[in-house]
Parts: sequence; C-alpha cells; structure tokens
Amino acid sequence: MAISTPSSASSGSSMAALMENGDQLPHVLAVDDSVIDRKLIEKLLKNSSCKVTTAENGPRALEFLGLGDHDRHNSLEKGNVSKVNLIITDYCMPGMTGYDLLKKIKESSVMREVPVVIMSSENVPTRISKCLEEGAQMFMLKPLKQSDIKRLKCHLMNSGN
Amino acid sequence: MEVGQVRRQWVDYTKSLFLEGYLDGQFLQLQQLQDESNPDFVSEVVSLFFGDSEKLLNDLTLALDQPIVNFKTVDAHVHQLKGSSSSIGAQRVKNACVAFRNFCEEQNVEACLRCLQHVKQEYYLVKNKLETLFRLEQQIVAAGGAIPMMGLGF
Repeated sequence: MAISTPSSASSGSSMAALMENGDQLPHVLAVDDSVIDRKLIEKLLKNSSCKVTTAENGPRALEFLGLGDHDRHNSLEKGNVSKVNLIITDYCMPGMTGYDLLKKIKESSVMREVPVVIMSSENVPTRISKCLEEGAQMFMLKPLKQSDIKRLKCHLMNSGN
Repeated sequence: MEVGQVRRQWVDYTKSLFLEGYLDGQFLQLQQLQDESNPDFVSEVVSLFFGDSEKLLNDLTLALDQPIVNFKTVDAHVHQLKGSSSSIGAQRVKNACVAFRNFCEEQNVEACLRCLQHVKQEYYLVKNKLETLFRLEQQIVAAGGAIPMMGLGF
C-alpha cells in the first residue's frame, strides 16, 4: 500500500534526472535500522533495475549524502546530488527517526530536490500527514512488496514532469 | 527418494505451512525474489531473522526480569520483532507480537511474561518448520532438481 502527494514542483529537477538517466540505473539510498528490511528493500530495488546503497541509520545516511556533521564545517555545502536519485527511509529508527532525516534533507539547499519516501509498519494518519507536509514524496506501508516498488517508480516517473 | 517425490513433498509441506497460518503472503514475496543471481536469498533472509529474533528474545527475557520493568524498552524490542516477522511472513509470530504490545501498553508484567512465552513458542515452531523446508530444498538441489515456484492459486 502506498500513499502519495500530488506532484511537487520543487522535486522537478531530480525527477528529470531520474528520467534522463538513460543507460544509467537510478541510484537509491535505502535507510533502515533492521538488517532484514535492508536486505529485502535492496533486493526489491535491484529487481527493479536500481542501483542501491543502504544505510543503517540517519547519521550514516547523511554522511553518505555529504551532509554529515563534519561536512558542516565547509562553507560550501558539498552534498552530491548526482549521487542519489531517491531516498527511501524507515520512519521508526532509534536516535534520528525517518522524519528527522527527512527534515535534514529538506533543509539542505543541495539535497532538498531529491525525492524522499517514508516507510512504516504502522498506519498512523497523523504520522503520514506530518511526513507529507514536511515534503515526503510518498508514504509506504511495510512489509514492502514488488508491486509497491513498481508503483513507486511509476509515481516518480509521472510526477514533477 | 527420487527427485519428483521430494518436490511433491516440498509443495505439500509449503502448502500446509500457509494453511496452518505459520506463513503468509509475504513469504511468497521472498520466494519470488529468489533467482539465479541470488539462489540463496530466502535462506539468507531467514537466517538473519533467526539471529535477530534470538537476540531480541534474550533481550526481552532480561528486560522483563528487572525489578522495575522498563516497558518502553520491552515495547521497542517487541516492535522490532513484530517488524521482522512481518517482513518474512512469519504470521503467527507477528500476531503474538501484536498481542504482546497491547499488554506492554497496559504495563501488565504478568501478561507480558505470558506473551513472551507465547512468542517464544511460535518462534521455535516456525524456525523448526522453515529448517525442515530448507532441508527438503537441499535434497531437491542435491538430486539435481529445481525448487518449485509457489503461486497463491492453491
């Protein structure tokens, strides 16, 4: 099951990047504290022709994106937009939640264009609207299935265009 | 035993696991993800589940053994176990976790201890079943056969 926002103009350029990838596979960063769920989402995405990087928590994800603590000392925000076309993150994680991670990504002038999808095993309407309001592209209910990934790709291809 | 017979045993055993509620559709998702590039995907995920679950069950035993039980901690562990059992399709373990979380909310130690027993029971049952299933798969592969693909149509 997937819940999504209507297309958002601010994510347009990254959608275009996703579309114009051509020979290049879309690169997805998947964040989840569960080793089982990381393995599952990685396979689901690879089966949908995506290149996948996984991170076990928010801080590691931010480091990978070039938004880590030590990167902040650079006056120029590095962040590597070309690195990643989509970020999919679990909501319930110890320390930095998926929502906290979403906020940090949207605060970054470099990374805010990258669509962020939130996953959760719990269907909590206030949680869902909170994430969508903060700029999440979609909210998906776990456990994820192949059909959810297909719907995700379809939605990303069709919106922000 | 010839390979056709073992394959039929595997099909019958798998069907029984679904009919008895040990596994649900999510397990089929895992099987469908397994392919030539990843022929051991299901057993790898299930092994991770076994390791993760046993640690969580130990942590839960410890947490409920404290003179003053921290229900937030207990709930966090059960939430994790509920998530992972749901992700692999271990339906009865997942359902036992749902009941467990309700008693955490009520902060009822006695009920939680009973729930923990129930979760442990269901976990060891499904572990046993899955190990039996993997043994059948090994027999099929050793005999040069291919593991059947299960659809939901049964």
